[in-house]
Amino acid sequence: MSENNSLLTIRNVIKYFDISGGLLEQLAIRQGKVVRDRTIVRAVNDVSFSIFPGETLSVVGESGCGKSTLARAILGLYPPDSGKILYRNERIDNLTPNQMLPYRAKMQMIFQDPYASLNPRMTVEQTLNEPVKFHNKNISENEVKKRVVDVMRQVGVDPSWVDRYPHEFSGGQRQRISIARALMVDPEFIVADEPVSALDVSIQAQILNLLMDAQEQRGLTYMFITHDLSVVRHISTRVAVMYLGRLCELAQTVELFESPRHPYTQALLSAIPDIHNRKGDHVKLKGEVPTPINLPPGCVFHSRCPFANERCMREIPELAEVESGTFVACHGVEEGRL
Amino acid sequence: MQHLLDVKDLEVTFALRTGSLIAIHGVNFTVDKGERVGLVGESGAGKSVTGFAIINLISKPGYISKGNILFSGQDLASLSDEEMRNIRGNRISMIFQDPMMTLNPVLTIGTQMIETLQAHMKISKTDAADIALEKLHKVHIPSPEKRLRQYPHEFSGGMRQRIVVAIALLSDPALIIADEPTTALDVTIQAEIMDLLRELCESEDTGLILITHDLGVVAQITEKVVVMYAGNIVEMGTTTEIIENPRHPYTKGLIKAIPGKRNPGERLHQIPGVMPTLMDIPPGCSFHPRCTIKGEICTKEIPKLKEIDGTGKIVACHMVSGKGEVE
Repeated sequence: MSENNSLLTIRNVIKYFDISGGLLEQLAIRQGKVVRDRTIVRAVNDVSFSIFPGETLSVVGESGCGKSTLARAILGLYPPDSGKILYRNERIDNLTPNQMLPYRAKMQMIFQDPYASLNPRMTVEQTLNEPVKFHNKNISENEVKKRVVDVMRQVGVDPSWVDRYPHEFSGGQRQRISIARALMVDPEFIVADEPVSALDVSIQAQILNLLMDAQEQRGLTYMFITHDLSVVRHISTRVAVMYLGRLCELAQTVELFESPRHPYTQALLSAIPDIHNRKGDHVKLKGEVPTPINLPPGCVFHSRCPFANERCMREIPELAEVESGTFVACHGVEEGRL
Repeated sequence: MQHLLDVKDLEVTFALRTGSLIAIHGVNFTVDKGERVGLVGESGAGKSVTGFAIINLISKPGYISKGNILFSGQDLASLSDEEMRNIRGNRISMIFQDPMMTLNPVLTIGTQMIETLQAHMKISKTDAADIALEKLHKVHIPSPEKRLRQYPHEFSGGMRQRIVVAIALLSDPALIIADEPTTALDVTIQAEIMDLLRELCESEDTGLILITHDLGVVAQITEKVVVMYAGNIVEMGTTTEIIENPRHPYTKGLIKAIPGKRNPGERLHQIPGVMPTLMDIPPGCSFHPRCTIKGEICTKEIPKLKEIDGTGKIVACHMVSGKGEVE
């Protein structure tokens, strides 16, 4: 699979946030001199990968690893500081809002909290109508109505409830409505940011099934952001593991779960509570995730890695293909000592 | 043998203007010394209400309308507020979900720990500080002397939850009730906190009630599981029995709905519908509208918990016979 037939490719994307506040807050006096200190959060550092049509790529990692920022950068919600984002080989990161419009209809997003992502003062019908009318100025009322009914049926919400408000629905049903809103404009690519984390297990299964059905029927491509690795294992084609804004490992799902290469992936996978393996013998990591404000030099994981050596503290490992389709950024793996 | 905690026929009612809602019905279970029990169910199943009722923290308009809570033989439901304060936070500690909400942001960790100790016993500040230090050691917080002087915002989420655990341990409680203690944490941190809880319960012989929606977590740490649905216990037994051999259709469905390694990419087993709210509990078995094996009787009669031969597991389902088979 080459980059050319990808649906979406990101190259060396970097996204920093300046949280230093106003000029006065940045000023400090050090050794008798006035200096200007800036606080930069390095949320996404030089991440590259491709997403191919029809696949589900999951991006996993712990809170603060930059997975949501990356998703938003791809959709153009946060313009990246550097790097390229290509959609069907066309660059989309430097477009004007008007030029971006046709892409926005093709790329949709589903958010984590269905209580926050639906406008409480809009009925289901208004919520679903809005994106269609916005992207298709000439569409007839009848056609919109028909589409609303179709999509509501598909997501399993009774079409006779179109006049209800979000507060009249349960969490699971609200998430169905947010999925319906994303499907209304007939997208090709959906970014789902923790779509089932706020739901109970029995409802979570219903929503995952709905997402898998929609993918089959409409040939959708998903980028799935989550911290729940059991969900990832179930639905993904490939998995990308992130740590502190960097990609550690990218591989086919089976490959990643059967033989994780990167020490961080190994620790992460071993920490999943499995109901059928009750020993709980997980890899213990020392220390804590450093903040993305003071990134450690060298490999971002070296401070917690049990296999780190002098080179890891100094040199940033590149993401390299260690086997067909499996990419790992680790000096230990590259040198063959892991 | 006397149980550490013996909850008998507990019922909690919320008196609302529109009428009374019964949040939990006839809940019965026991916790022994050093035993780790999981209380599982989905949101609204009544698991937190049960936990709160044990330490008498149900706030108005809710109240305990029936039943006894025997803790070392003493009925907690009949104690005065004053007497209850001697037990709560002292003999029984509670750990909540969000450590940032539990800790006071404007007091140092040390102040909060000393304050807790002094509230429960006559003790000098220096002695209290020594105990606080010892407990921080116990929950593996690096450089505890320095940490005592810091504020909650200076700690990461996992460290904060360790502090909360240390505070819960201050007066060497006999029972800890942990309500979703790791739901707000990342998996690697969750695994560490669970290890810590297990280790502490084992070394101190402390009983634990773990309230959670996550069966994976329950499997890692508990010995016994109580499954709740719409305010009732539907199944209870040893963790191994419940996970490897669930009998109630709800427990079965719940376990099958967890995505796992068995069938990647396939449709997940789903339980149709949603759990009823307290306002519209259906007649008969409260699970029957979502049940795939229901019969005539399920819509009319509330099933009683009955023991399944030999395994010690009890199930509330008309369709499951005493031999553990579907009738």
